[in-house]
Amino acid sequence: MIGASGVTPVAVAVAGACASILLVLVVLELIRKRRLRERYALLWLATGIVLLVLSLWRSGLNTIAGWLGVKGYPPAVLFAVATLFILLVLLDYSTVISKLADQNTILAQRLALLEEKLGVKRS
Amino acid sequence: MAEALQEAPAGVDPRLAALRRVALVPAYNEEGSIGTVIDEIRAADPEIEIVVVDDGSRDDTTGAAAARGARVLQLPFNLGIGGAVQTGYRFAYENGFDLALRVDGDGQHDPSWFGVLAGPVLSGHADIAVGSRFIGSKGFQSSRLRRFAIRILSWTVTVLCGGRVTDPTSGFQVTNRRAIALFAAYYPHDYPEVEATVLAAKAGLRRAEVPVEMRERSAGRSSIGAVRSVYYMVKVLLAVFVAAFRRPPEVPA
Repeated sequence: MIGASGVTPVAVAVAGACASILLVLVVLELIRKRRLRERYALLWLATGIVLLVLSLWRSGLNTIAGWLGVKGYPPAVLFAVATLFILLVLLDYSTVISKLADQNTILAQRLALLEEKLGVKRS
Repeated sequence: MAEALQEAPAGVDPRLAALRRVALVPAYNEEGSIGTVIDEIRAADPEIEIVVVDDGSRDDTTGAAAARGARVLQLPFNLGIGGAVQTGYRFAYENGFDLALRVDGDGQHDPSWFGVLAGPVLSGHADIAVGSRFIGSKGFQSSRLRRFAIRILSWTVTVLCGGRVTDPTSGFQVTNRRAIALFAAYYPHDYPEVEATVLAAKAGLRRAEVPVEMRERSAGRSSIGAVRSVYYMVKVLLAVFVAAFRRPPEVPA
């Protein structure tokens, strides 16, 4: 498991690269089918591309692991980066939900004001 | 103005009678008490426009209010007290009202205090006049836990805004056109009065407290239980601190 110089094993690099490419392809397909808006897809694409680069560029991953003091198993940095991006995506979604909730409130208020003006009766 | 009713207080202040005024009554499942509240508002001021905001009630709050001749703004689903109150202020702002009285739909606010409560606004000393149950401590004082929570909030708001704030959670308020405009544009969400106090102070509005007596709610249940009181207090404290560090809102013309 722990290589002599702590280099990322080839199998890990290939698996990481395959998963990242799959993620990017799925996101692109969702955009193509208009099931995902570009604005929300950007962070997912960035996640996929960053993970792809880090998976394939093994010496780079080693260097970064060295900066971060990760000794012995450089692919741990892959998990850390993936986790960070997932947190970013979730935070982005929280802001989107907050904005939608605010807009929803305004719509409900406008509807109530308009219905009163028009004398609409609801049961 | 004309013939004084038997129970009516001193009649409507002529300074008040000269203004376009509206009573805003947020109500959620208050079918049982809303009619009395409307009658009491009319007894205190026969000429005031009464607008009930039905916050997605499951009972027939709308029907009960309409039957007493109030105008009803019926929200399509429950927004919570902040969203309901803001609906009322939007109505007041868009229809050019000069002064708004806010009375809760559960009967805990006694509208016969309207004239007294409007005093600081009519004299030009305040943009917002708030009925406080803790000056003089008369009438219904709320449970011990809630009083404790309210005290912590008062202290925090007093420190953040300056001025003496004894009852930052009171929704029994009279607001002038400036405050109506501010609240129509910006109003906090749940349990909003505390945050609104900070918001108004940051916008440069003046607030005055007037001692009033409050009653225990006449029907229905309070929307806040004991555990939730604590939860709300923490949430409101967070909201208040954030509000204090926000850019001050601009009051629309």
